[in-house]
Formats: sequence, structure tokens, C-alpha cells
Amino acid sequence: MRAYATLLDRLSFTPARNDKLRLIAEYLRTTPDPDRGWAIASLTGGVELRRVTPSRLREMVASRVDETLFALSYDYVGDLAETIALIWPGDESDRADRDIPLSEVVARLQSMSRLDVPREIGAMLDRLPANARYALLKLATGGMRVGVSAQLAKTALAQFGDKPVSDIVELWHGLTPPYTDLFAWLEGGEKPVSAARAPFYPVMLSTPTNLDELKALQAGEHLAEWKWDGIRVQAVSDAGQRRLYSRTGEDISRAFPDLVEAMTFEGVLDGELLVRRAGTVAPFSDLQKRLNRKTVPEKLQKSHPAMLRAYDLLIEGESDLRRHPQEERRARLEQFVEALDRERFDVSPLISFDGWDALAEARDAPPAPEIEGVMIKRRDTPYLAGRVRGPWFKWKRNPYLVDAILLYAQRGHGKRSGYYSDYTFGVWSGNEIVPVGKAYFGFTDEELKQLDRFVRENTRERFGPVRSVAPSLVLEVAFEGLNRSKRHKSGVAMRFPRISRIRWDKPAQEADTLKSLEALLPSPD
Amino acid sequence: MTAVPVHPTPEGLYCPAGDFHIDPVRPVPRALITHGHADHARAGHGSVLATRQTLDIMGIRYGADFAGSTQAAEGAIGIGDATVSFHPAGHVLGSAQICVEGAGPKIVISGDYTRGPNPACAPFEPVRCDTFVTEATFGLPVFRHPDPAGQIARLLSSRAQFPDRAHIVGVYALGKAQRVIMLLREAGYDRPIYIHGALDRLCRYHAEQGIAVGDLRPATVDASESGFAGEIILAPPSAMAAKWAQRFADPLLGFASGWMQIRARARQRLTELPLVISDHADWPQLQETIRETGAGEVWVTHGAEEALVHWCQTQGLAARPLHLVGYEEEPE
Repeated sequence: MRAYATLLDRLSFTPARNDKLRLIAEYLRTTPDPDRGWAIASLTGGVELRRVTPSRLREMVASRVDETLFALSYDYVGDLAETIALIWPGDESDRADRDIPLSEVVARLQSMSRLDVPREIGAMLDRLPANARYALLKLATGGMRVGVSAQLAKTALAQFGDKPVSDIVELWHGLTPPYTDLFAWLEGGEKPVSAARAPFYPVMLSTPTNLDELKALQAGEHLAEWKWDGIRVQAVSDAGQRRLYSRTGEDISRAFPDLVEAMTFEGVLDGELLVRRAGTVAPFSDLQKRLNRKTVPEKLQKSHPAMLRAYDLLIEGESDLRRHPQEERRARLEQFVEALDRERFDVSPLISFDGWDALAEARDAPPAPEIEGVMIKRRDTPYLAGRVRGPWFKWKRNPYLVDAILLYAQRGHGKRSGYYSDYTFGVWSGNEIVPVGKAYFGFTDEELKQLDRFVRENTRERFGPVRSVAPSLVLEVAFEGLNRSKRHKSGVAMRFPRISRIRWDKPAQEADTLKSLEALLPSPD
Repeated sequence: MTAVPVHPTPEGLYCPAGDFHIDPVRPVPRALITHGHADHARAGHGSVLATRQTLDIMGIRYGADFAGSTQAAEGAIGIGDATVSFHPAGHVLGSAQICVEGAGPKIVISGDYTRGPNPACAPFEPVRCDTFVTEATFGLPVFRHPDPAGQIARLLSSRAQFPDRAHIVGVYALGKAQRVIMLLREAGYDRPIYIHGALDRLCRYHAEQGIAVGDLRPATVDASESGFAGEIILAPPSAMAAKWAQRFADPLLGFASGWMQIRARARQRLTELPLVISDHADWPQLQETIRETGAGEVWVTHGAEEALVHWCQTQGLAARPLHLVGYEEEPE
């Protein structure tokens, strides 16, 4: 548990992806089975534990600690698990026997009943030092936040075993913690055979392109279709087992029971997950309301119905179509989807075009606002795993642009330590400037130095690592779309904002207004 | 009824029998000073009585003429109707508790103190007294400082894991800097340690006082072609936000402070490696010290006063918060 706690501590304070991968790989190298497997399970969301409620923990600590001192401490620390971890009376020494294997912790958390909570957790806390107590309490309450996605954990496994990450992703749903068979393979043993039904198939990804690049290619050798603004998914139905996967292989079936119920086919579909009402695709923000849920209320299923707009057919019944040409798969896909519930499934229509300029025109005037560009696919390409350059291109619509005013800047990490590199910007609302977003890329290293100098020379106030600056510098910000937001004072939230130009020439008075931004919002429900 | 030997005033604690202030926050005619941190030791007093080392440190910081006159504390010293003596506090080099005796009860003012071994200064010496005035910077039971050697081991293992990154540790110039240096040396780290210019004079002074700080070098641009990759650099926290930090190779910022125990505090500092190393007493040390002094009355100043007062009362001790103003948690 101590090695695991140390890993979590490091991860939660380490922002860079590659550094996180290095920390995880080192942990896997130095930790034996089955503990390392349980650690991976905790990072990938693969541990099912009975969640311990905060009120149970408070009861537990009340029997050990003076009430007034606990209240003062909790008030100061602000996090219940952290307060309990730090205040728990016990021996703080580093003696090696003050530890419990992670696997034992998991087993005890899995088997304890609600009534056992204070005694069982208390007994374990008694045997651990503070940072391991913290990890235990976060594990038990489900509040672990270390900035590691399941995808990142799988990438770390791949690096650790020097295997392609697609192999790990493909195997994943046939594996169960603590993954001893997986580790045996990663350390040179035999590859586990996936016995799971409805496994995930590595997804084919596209690369970005532009008109100049396209002009070097034969338009007639390609198909084009709209790129929809939802999330890419894979629907797998295999002998009664149905799963809906994200493009990284996360099983998201539980969040979309309405769609899963309609998966009455045998095979594997690739497509875009969308919310659609009365034939009209809803904005991405509506889909967001359905993501990351363990359960979905009936009401939400009715008000935000999910559907799949199919792009490709990988498996049809027993036959694997992945090596067949795009055009043939497409024809079979159209037939395949014919037989399905039209409310839940349709096929992304093709765009007819007779040359790249014609496609450019179509791209500039899409038939629906929830289209973010066009997809271009070679008619003869097989379905290939990963991001191969060539057979599939995405040609995104031009981003929206807004001239905003720099308001705050925050220091960065790692290579950007010492530089003010995260920028909050705003637009005019009457005589006020309201913040509308934050961006930390899009500029060159040289521009970063210039921005850093500007921030230092125009600082008004300091709040820890953040400085407010005199509102005088205009930044041209590019973004992909705008949503309504209750969390932001301005009422809007940008998708994927980045700095596209620094407008040293433009006076702040001439920056854009909130009104002009609001015109881009989707119409209210 | 016996007179109270000292009482709080807006300038700081005042002793009428000797007509002097202790650690006054504004200029006064006669000041007794516990240690050299800027919030306790200010320039501009008529006369200053402090340990030889504290006087030296004030001279380094403020220039030789920081007070009208100075006197180094040695043994018992009579001032008016009071007798004072200075006793090591273990906090930073030169730090002392001040004991005041007169007609009334015997009182000890702790200044800032710590109980763990600190190779950069003399250890804390408990003094029996009637009234103990204690600091309470970490006066909450969530503060139990871990073994500092373990924290240094974390720094060294990070350096081994990320040999391509410059490891910069934020430290205060007086005390923490030398403590971290000595902990590194105790852990067998004998490479040069690079230091920010603001640490230079105080580090040199420690060396002159016989503290074996080892090979210290300035962290100047031309000192390293590789951007100090894999080296350990010490700097005051304010330097992390300055352009100074831009010279390093993919720097990994650490911060050495008792506050790093609290995750939200560490995040606020934008640190990747919070090191819980403190030169203040933690909760168990505060309790232990109060018991050892045998004091029947405890006055609690700067920090989490409320919790420590509450605890004293549960132990049957008279206790009150002093609410002195002008002392920072840990000065930059």
C-alpha cells in the first residue's frame, strides 16, 4: 500500500504525460503481482468496491479524536479523507511492517459489510503511515483524482512490456484484475488468449489535411462524408453480449442502455454517437450530459435520446470485413443498417462531389450546424488499426475566431516553469470585460517569451501563481464551438480554445463583445 | 497580587520591569530578539539584545547600522528590575527562547522552535517556567512532520528517476536552505549544490560558523551548459516566479516547508515535489514541550492558536491566545 500511495502522490503532482508514464512503468517494474495489477485496476476503474460514505468515516473518526480539534482541522484542510489521514492517531515511523499489501486492502474493502466499516477501516488505518492512510481512504470513498486516464494506464503497460498499445486495448476486456496473465506476457511469457465475447477492435483513425495536400490526390479515388460532432464509438454485438466502446476501448454501455437495447444485430459497427430529437442532431453539450454516467435516469433517456450514425462495418455476422475495401464495406453497411431500428441507427450519408473544389464548397456550407467538417476515405482501403496517414483524412471546418482581451496569466509547469503560459481572456459586456475562456497553446516559443514579458510588465495583482494584467492586449482566439455554461460568469464555454494570433496592433476597445459571441450559441432547448 | 511580567502591546510583547519589547514589529527604544527571521528581527530599534549569531545575521540582512547599539546575550543579564537569559530554540542558527524573571512568575518566550535534530543549529533546550509563551505555526493535530531524511530520499529518488530535469527546491534563505543542504549531505549527497544568489551570504555565514555545508556553487547561467540537468538547485520561493527560473532544463520544482503536508497548499505553490520539511514544532512537539516546561499557564501566539488553547484546557492548564499581529507563517 505504501508503494502504491507513493505512486499516487507523485502522479497527482506530476502534470506531464510522459513523466506520468515513467512513474507508472517504474512502479510496475518494482512491485510484485498481484499488487501491481490492483493498482492498474484502480487507475482504469476496474475495481468494484462498496463505496464508504463520508458520514461513516466521520463516525469512525469521532471515536478516536477530540471533536473540537477534528472540526478545526477539517476546516483548515478542507478535504475529509485528507484530514482523517493526517489526524489519525498512530505511529508515524517508517518501519517496514507498517504496511498492508494493496491486494489485501482491496479484498477487505470488497468483503466488508456496511456495519463493519468503522472497525475494518480503522484497523487498517492503524497499520499504515499517513500517505498510505490517505490512499486507502480515497480508494474506499471513490474520490481518487490523480490525472491518469484508463488510456494512459494502458499506454504505461504497453511501454512497460514494450508491446503495441493496440494489443493491450484489444485484450483488455477479456482480462480481470489483478491481470497476472497480462503481466506474465509483458515480461516475456505467453500472450493471453482473449476468451471474452464482444471484444473491442482497434479503431481506424484519420489524419488532418488541407486543400493543397488534397489537390495532389485523385478525387475520384475517394469517398467523402460529413464529420459529425459527437463521440466516435464502436458497437459490438456478439452472441447476445452487447457492448458500446469509446474509441479508446472504454466500455460505456452502462451510460447508453437505450442504444444498447436496440443493438439487435450480430457484428461490429463503427460510428458517431449522437443525441437526436425528431430527426435533428442535438449540440455536443446535450451528448455531454449523457457521458460519464454509471446509470441514466429514464427521464434523461427520453429527453436526450442516443443514436449511432454508422461510418463502417467491421464484422458482419461471422465474417470479418476489415480486409475488404472501403467501398465494399460501405455497401454492406448500408444494407446492414436497413434492418435496424431507424430511431437508433442510420448511415452517415455520402457527399457527392466531382473535385476537391466542389468538396471545399460543400464543407463551407454543411447542412447541419453539428457537422465539424468532412471525412475523406480511399475507396480501396482496408480497415486499419491506428492512425495511419493516407487512407483516411479529416478536413475540419475553419475554426471560429474571436478577438479577446488578456485578463489573467498563470505560470506553467516543466519546460514552461517560470513562464506565464496559461491565459484567461475576456470580451466586452457593456463597459465590463467578462472572462470567456482560458488557453495555453497555439503560440510559438518566441511568442511565449513575448507574452511572458507582457504579463510581467503589466501586472496589476498577484494571487499565488496567477497574475492579473492591465486589460490592454488583444488575443485572437480560435475555437471549435460554443456551449452555454452555468459555471462561467459569462454564460458561455468555448470548445478547444487556443491562441491563433497576438494582436499587438489592436486596441482593447476594439475587441469583440459577449453579444457577438452569444450569436454563435446553439438555440435553446 | 503578583504583577504579570510581560504583556502584549501593538508593538509586540512588552516587559514593564525592564522597559523592553520582545521581537517588536515596529521600532522601539530597547528590543530583545529571538531569531533573525524578518518578521521577528526588524531594523531601526534603539538597542538590540540578541545572541551573537542573531546579531550577525541582522547585520548581514540590514547592514551594520541596523540598530543604535547592540549587545550579545551571554548568561543572565539584568535589565531594570528584570533578569533575562537566552536559551537555544533549535529553529535556525542563533535562535533562542528568552526567559524573563523578576518579582512575578518566571516566563519563557519560545520564539519559533523545533525539537527534531537540526544539524544547522544548536538543539532546543527546555526551560522550566511558570508561564510559557509558545508559537503555534503548526498548532493543529493534522501536523505531524515526517522524518526529514525520508523527504530528502524522495528528492534523491526523483533525481534518479528524472535525470534529465533540473531539480529546483524552494527554500527560505535563513534556516530552511541550510537545513536542506545539511540533510542532503547527511544522506551522502556530495555533488555541488547550486544556489540562488539570495542564499549566498547566509550560506557563507553558516560555513564560517562551522556548519559543513560542502561544495556550494552559484546557479548562474554560464555555470552549466546542460541547463543543470540532474542537478539540485536551491532558491527562495519568489525566484520560482521570476525570470530566473527560465534558465533551467525542464525544471522540476520542489518546495520544502511544513505546509507541504497539506495538498491544497502544495498545489497552490505549483510544485511537483512537495517536501514536508519544517523548522517549526509540529503538534506532538508542541504538546511535549508544554509538558516539559512544567508551566501552569500557556500563552499561544502566531498560528493555529485556538486548537492549542483548547488542548491546554483539556489538560487542565490555563491558556489564552495572544493574537499578536505582524508575524507571518513563514517569511519569504
